[in-house]
Amino acid sequence: MLDLFKKFQHGLARTKSGLVEGVQRIINQARGIDEEVLEELEELLILSDLGVATTETVIENLRQRSRESGRIEPGEVLELLKQELIAQLGPGGQAAAGPEEPVHQPTVISVVGVNGAGKTTTIGKLAHLHASRGRKVLLAAADTFRAAAAEQLEIWKDRAGVEIIPSQSGADPASVAFDSLKAAMARHVDYLFIDTAGRLHTKENLMAELEKIHKVLARQCPGAPHEVLLVIDATTGQNGLSQARRFAEAVKVTGLVVTKLDGTAKGGIVFSIARELGIPVRYVGLGEKIDDLQRFDPQTFVEALFA
Amino acid sequence: MFQELTDKLEAVLHKLRGHGTLNEKNIAESMREVRRVLLEADVNYKVAKQFIADVEQRALGQEVLRSVTPGQMVVKIIHDEMTRLLGEKEAPLVFGRSLPSVILLAGLQGSGKTTFAGKLARHLRKKGRTPLLVAADIYRPAAVEQLKVLGRSLDIQVYSEENRDAAAIAAHALDHARKNLLDTAIIDTAGRLHIDEEMMAEVARIKEATSPAEILFVADSMTGQDAVTTARAFLERLDFSGVVLTKMDGDARGGAALSIRAVTGKPIKFVSSGEKLDQLEPFHPDRLASRILGMGDVLSLVEKAQEAVDLEKAVKLEKKLRRAEFNLEDFLDQLQQLKRMGPLQDILTMIPGAQAKAFKGMQVDDKALIRVEAIIRSMTVKERNNPNILDGSRRKRIARGSGTSVQEVNRVLNQYNMIVKMMKTMKHGGRGMRLPTGF
Repeated sequence: MLDLFKKFQHGLARTKSGLVEGVQRIINQARGIDEEVLEELEELLILSDLGVATTETVIENLRQRSRESGRIEPGEVLELLKQELIAQLGPGGQAAAGPEEPVHQPTVISVVGVNGAGKTTTIGKLAHLHASRGRKVLLAAADTFRAAAAEQLEIWKDRAGVEIIPSQSGADPASVAFDSLKAAMARHVDYLFIDTAGRLHTKENLMAELEKIHKVLARQCPGAPHEVLLVIDATTGQNGLSQARRFAEAVKVTGLVVTKLDGTAKGGIVFSIARELGIPVRYVGLGEKIDDLQRFDPQTFVEALFA
Repeated sequence: MFQELTDKLEAVLHKLRGHGTLNEKNIAESMREVRRVLLEADVNYKVAKQFIADVEQRALGQEVLRSVTPGQMVVKIIHDEMTRLLGEKEAPLVFGRSLPSVILLAGLQGSGKTTFAGKLARHLRKKGRTPLLVAADIYRPAAVEQLKVLGRSLDIQVYSEENRDAAAIAAHALDHARKNLLDTAIIDTAGRLHIDEEMMAEVARIKEATSPAEILFVADSMTGQDAVTTARAFLERLDFSGVVLTKMDGDARGGAALSIRAVTGKPIKFVSSGEKLDQLEPFHPDRLASRILGMGDVLSLVEKAQEAVDLEKAVKLEKKLRRAEFNLEDFLDQLQQLKRMGPLQDILTMIPGAQAKAFKGMQVDDKALIRVEAIIRSMTVKERNNPNILDGSRRKRIARGSGTSVQEVNRVLNQYNMIVKMMKTMKHGGRGMRLPTGF
């Protein structure tokens, strides 16, 4: 039995960065693109969680281009691949600007996702971002389910120096959202962030609850929520696509936030999400500190796959 | 999905019929399909590669059993091999000799450590132990509060203190446990990235200060390719003794578990699904193998049905069905058996092919069952045995009694009538068809 695991451990000894170097070496040897190179690139993309379908598309496009242009210099291969990858992010990839300026008063932003993705932390950072630009921000503690979720948001509120509509544990999240929006309108705030409870996309009743929250918001303020951010953990594998699909079916997801990109995971599933569902990435989360949030930049994101 | 894999393999192996053995060529072709399935289930690229190489070896030269088709044979070999790799025997929790016995939880942010800590505490108390929850996550806002709330709801003690040194908190917690005669300390640590040197050093210090009997690496079942990197880093630093898979109630296929198991060799000790504190199961390698291969969790489903269904009653019911004497009393009985199998949502995820889309839009509402039950319970015995006497005024009374509406009562009766009609046709058709138990 031990031997069984030894074999696996040995096979995995090569680190990811070693992999990129290896790819470049093979490219140099091949003086361009050949099947061995493509196979190495495929491994690299799969290991970044792009998934089989997206990886195959990218590799096929690359093969096509090399066939058409006859010869590709070793130095150009990775550059071409990066272009292909950026193209997969779709128009959303290029124009991934969230409402940096309030589109409405209040601009209502609902933040949704599975458990543990980083919704509350993201809201803390976004609140800070807007507050530091002199915007008036209000937070709604609509996660009334998880133990101490409201307390967690409360702490972020203090850190960001914004206001909050607190809630009772076990309260109806839709009514918390309703009260918060009413307060946001009365207080003339610029941004209202709705912190929803984490929910697995496969739970019909919880997804229905989310729909209800959004319906209540829209009834009170047509157009609200103006932005719905789906938070995806960068370590998520192929299930991320299923998450995005189900959340987008339930509510109108307008953008993604990819969190925990400060680890070694690359968040490659967002290529598939952008490709299949056309949802652009808005922000990336890079740590637990309040300013560890950046606007999404396709170029940087793709470069990081090869870092 | 299982069907899909089998079908694909059948197509590839079609030529094999009449040959009777698996050979290099037909195996290699089918392995491409298997590889795809594995990668889509988030099994690490290299782990998948190695796994397939092993399976290929094993499958070569195997005679295709007469009773099965080559495709099924290959799937069986893969399933067996994967089950073997996932863990051949159950790995129960180990407890230390000195008191308290320490269980240290570690993992990435958001993997579900705190919720699992609560579940584990409840589980251990049920086994007769006296657990103490230790709040050693001093970083994430309100993490301590979260554990305290869980502890309160379970009526289990939580140790916490104002201290910026997590290792010291943990050590003090052990003193507290000894003084209060609590025999197990579950230490909930902060989520940390495996590349965060400072944080990894901290958890190593906690380990040193508490000499745990068990160190459990808590991993999200939705994790992708990076699972191997994190698992290895945590193993190097902590030499953990077991793995916990969380959020298994989603539709992730859980290939990360195979990756983690393959690179660390450590057993998977628990599978955690759902946010309710009683949703914790021991690990069944064969079931996870089925899930990774997209075969659905048929075994769990069968087992749940066996647990819930009263055999004697089932036999009686079958007789009644044959005579088409099914009344509302029996209907109620069936509903209760169905309810005993657990939340419908959980049952659905176990059905092969029910992953992802198949049940989209289907109403999975456990409360509907409760309402139906209430309606039937609001009837007199006479009414239940003889639903034909239910006139308008009786229905009105039943609706009031069950807190529902006449429309709902009508709906239940319509459903009942449909079943009766179905049974009549079955009876006349004369075929010895068995209704699936539970319905």
